[in-house]
Amino acid sequence: MGYPQPSHERETPVLSKYFGDRDATSLDGWRKRGGYEGLRKALSMTPAEIVEIVKASGLRGRGGAGFPTGIKWSFMKPGDGKPHYLCCNADESEPGTFKDREIMRWTPHALVEGCALGAYAIGAETAYVYIRGEFTEPLARMREAVREAYDAGILGTNSMGTGKRIDIVVHKGAGAYICGEETAMMNSIEGRRGNPRIKPPFPAVSGVFAQPTTINNVETLAVVPHILVHGADWYKAMCLSSPKSTGSKLFSVCGNIARPGNYEVTLGFPFKDFLYDLCGGPLPGRTFKAVVPGGISVPIQTMEEAEATKMDYEGFIEQGSMLGSGGVIVFDDQQNMVKQIARAARFFAHESCAQCTQCREGTAWTTRIMERIRDGEGTHEDLDTLFSIADNMTGKTICVLSDSCAVPVVSGINKFRSEFEALIKKPKFHPVTAAVA
Amino acid sequence: MVNLTIEGRPVSVPEGTSILEAGRRAGVLIPHYCYHPGLSIAGNCRMCLVEVEKAPKLAPSCATAVAEGQVVHIYTEKALEARKGVLEMLLINHPLDCPICDKSGECELQDFTYQEGPAKSRLRDPKRFNPIEDFGGDVLYTTNRCILCTRCVRFMDEIAQDTVLNVSERGDRALIGKFEGKELTHTWAGNVIDLCPVGALLSKDSLNKARSWELDHAPSICTGCSQGCNISIDTRDNTVIRLRPRPNEEVNKYFMCDVGRLDYRWINRQDRIEVPLIRRGESLAASDWDVAIPAAAALLDGKRVFVAASPNLSNETLHLLGKLVASAGGSGTFVVRTGPEAPLPGVKDLSLRADRAANGTGAELLGFKRTASPLDGLASGDVLVVADADLSTATADELALPSAILVIGTTLPENLRSASVVLPIANYAEEEGTFTNLRGRVQRFSQAKAAPGMARPSWWVVGDILAALGKGDAYYLASEVFAAMASDVSAFAGMNYDALGMRGAVVSGSAR
Repeated sequence: MGYPQPSHERETPVLSKYFGDRDATSLDGWRKRGGYEGLRKALSMTPAEIVEIVKASGLRGRGGAGFPTGIKWSFMKPGDGKPHYLCCNADESEPGTFKDREIMRWTPHALVEGCALGAYAIGAETAYVYIRGEFTEPLARMREAVREAYDAGILGTNSMGTGKRIDIVVHKGAGAYICGEETAMMNSIEGRRGNPRIKPPFPAVSGVFAQPTTINNVETLAVVPHILVHGADWYKAMCLSSPKSTGSKLFSVCGNIARPGNYEVTLGFPFKDFLYDLCGGPLPGRTFKAVVPGGISVPIQTMEEAEATKMDYEGFIEQGSMLGSGGVIVFDDQQNMVKQIARAARFFAHESCAQCTQCREGTAWTTRIMERIRDGEGTHEDLDTLFSIADNMTGKTICVLSDSCAVPVVSGINKFRSEFEALIKKPKFHPVTAAVA
Repeated sequence: MVNLTIEGRPVSVPEGTSILEAGRRAGVLIPHYCYHPGLSIAGNCRMCLVEVEKAPKLAPSCATAVAEGQVVHIYTEKALEARKGVLEMLLINHPLDCPICDKSGECELQDFTYQEGPAKSRLRDPKRFNPIEDFGGDVLYTTNRCILCTRCVRFMDEIAQDTVLNVSERGDRALIGKFEGKELTHTWAGNVIDLCPVGALLSKDSLNKARSWELDHAPSICTGCSQGCNISIDTRDNTVIRLRPRPNEEVNKYFMCDVGRLDYRWINRQDRIEVPLIRRGESLAASDWDVAIPAAAALLDGKRVFVAASPNLSNETLHLLGKLVASAGGSGTFVVRTGPEAPLPGVKDLSLRADRAANGTGAELLGFKRTASPLDGLASGDVLVVADADLSTATADELALPSAILVIGTTLPENLRSASVVLPIANYAEEEGTFTNLRGRVQRFSQAKAAPGMARPSWWVVGDILAALGKGDAYYLASEVFAAMASDVSAFAGMNYDALGMRGAVVSGSAR
């Protein structure tokens, strides 16, 4: 459902079916809508069977990287004598993304169910739901849902009467973008500074509290009960383009567009139809100029690229970008791309955890140069410097925040160079020098 | 063992070793900042990026374990470009104030920038500025020079286990901060100064005292306590400027405590005896060694001898003094000043020890008795030999007991002015020799500065007296005395002065 817009007939509402439906937030309401059937079914199966079903469904991580969920779960070796943990990444801090927020606001029990199911599948007894600090309403809804689930015996020492122990801890973050990075999130859960950790060891070997850990996105976990209820084939059949991208995906749309909101479509949906049909196209009298399709960390697309895109993991890569988190940011002809990219760079400079040299210094330096160009004080050398800084920031650091800062800058200069040059060529006005001359 | 090739050199190291450590063993230094062998791996400076064949990305060599058959390149264009990029980033906000920085000349940022850094800056914007902060203790934090390698934070957390420091703020606003209400007053906190690869953490004690290239360095042993931390005595113009730890895996790893570090001013004291003195009636007259040694021998000849020795004398000197006592039928004592223990929790068996002297163990092994009072056991009619011992607590009655007093010392205190002969000796920084620490480790120290006037190494003076008495040989090298000691004293049997090297060796029958 294109919440807060009315549902569009071309959408595939699986997760978003009850967005805007106040009654779905309660346990009773959720049960009336078929809730907890997936979990009930799952608890009657072995964890290995669940992992096989998820593998067969083709479900891939919805947080941005698109790693196959079933394979990720299969890394958690049963019977290693260690406590396993599931962490649900509800930090959703990628600018332009607000799909997990709506899942937690309207269908918190879908996530509780998904977490319980995921925990059981990987042999964990405790699942952490790490919610970003700014999400006050989703946090309250999730806490209430978890309380209800405990009271109803869905969680606790005897989950749904099966004798299995499943605990869910809702953990409130403090509003750092980097805590959405999985290893930084684990540090944050442990009470440390949210700095990403060096990999290896990978979380499946040594994660939160140095125990085997799986981290999944909210959307990934929330959809698993549906797969259990309807079967892997049902999910796999939801595919309009690449067979490697299956199922439905929520896209958060914002920016200069007629109907911003959350839209759920089957993967492989034509991006052109999505923008012009579902989201209503540009505002009256304007035209689209550029799209960031997957949160601000992915390369910017020109409209030619965007309109040729099939909305799935492979489709976005083919057209010079990435699916990312599904946060679609639209810019129209009224926007100056230099200003927008400078703003994005400032965000990354503010959020860098300050561990790696290239990221700490590079994001800030990029920001200073971008803002100077924006203010009409840039030079052509600055563009070369930006490329060189971006190169130093890519693929050389502990996490990808530094790469993420370089991405919009590089794609922006490459695709919208004329806007940079227009600002550089603009006559510079220096009042003091002018007075002396 | 894992076999790999680093810069064309084959090297074989145990499994789990990092590429950076393997490189050290192969004799190749991979540039790095955050890595320190005594601390955990942070992997945050990204300076140690190297190219590993068949790996898609450059690898941080401090955080990458070696693998069989790996081929590592340090100086390929790709790796050099990446490290040049890191250096450029480190330098954009660095004040480049090397001419007024204490670290200049021994700064790793300077070293690696000269080696492979960019020749000029592309920064056109103003630099970030932060004020200097006093971290308490001996430490001053020059924020602008900091490269945030977090060595200091990790040392305080992991080794000192006193969480005082943190990384405050994020992004390029980040700096090293103190937790509220905390100061760097831990007994071992001064180590953060040595750990800092740049000029961010400076010693207030040696601030602006010397440029590093003016300093001479002599390997030595700290005399602050019985731990025997390995140190470097840094001098300029025959004056000790600072003491710094010298790594010894067996004793002090890479560290020394602030008590030892800051206790060096006495080495430079000016009220030293500079010539041999011989009593002429009421006063002590300047003399010469040729006269003073026979005079001292005459004093001792045929008398019972009581030696009050300093526990900071070398094994060599104590051995010869022991021979003197044995031949004359007397006794020898020493007194060790004590203080509170202060362990360094992160390192096994490393502590500021209660015994605040370097060679109490050696003195005991060489036949001296540890007593509460320096003149305990002094009999009437003895000749009292004061071998640099502190007799400030001795009473006038006690000092009236001996038939004569021979002072072999660095200074002549007021209450020993009644001495018959006074022989000036070098202090430990002015001679060479060995100390035995509380675990029985015999370690060499070397000469860092010249002794004042005619003062001679203590073992030389005692050896000459023994020779004049016809009870031993004269010695001209500390190693000769050591060899004699090794053959005479069973605890030191089989030891060789040269073979001790800079690590030392443990006496036989020791607890360790």
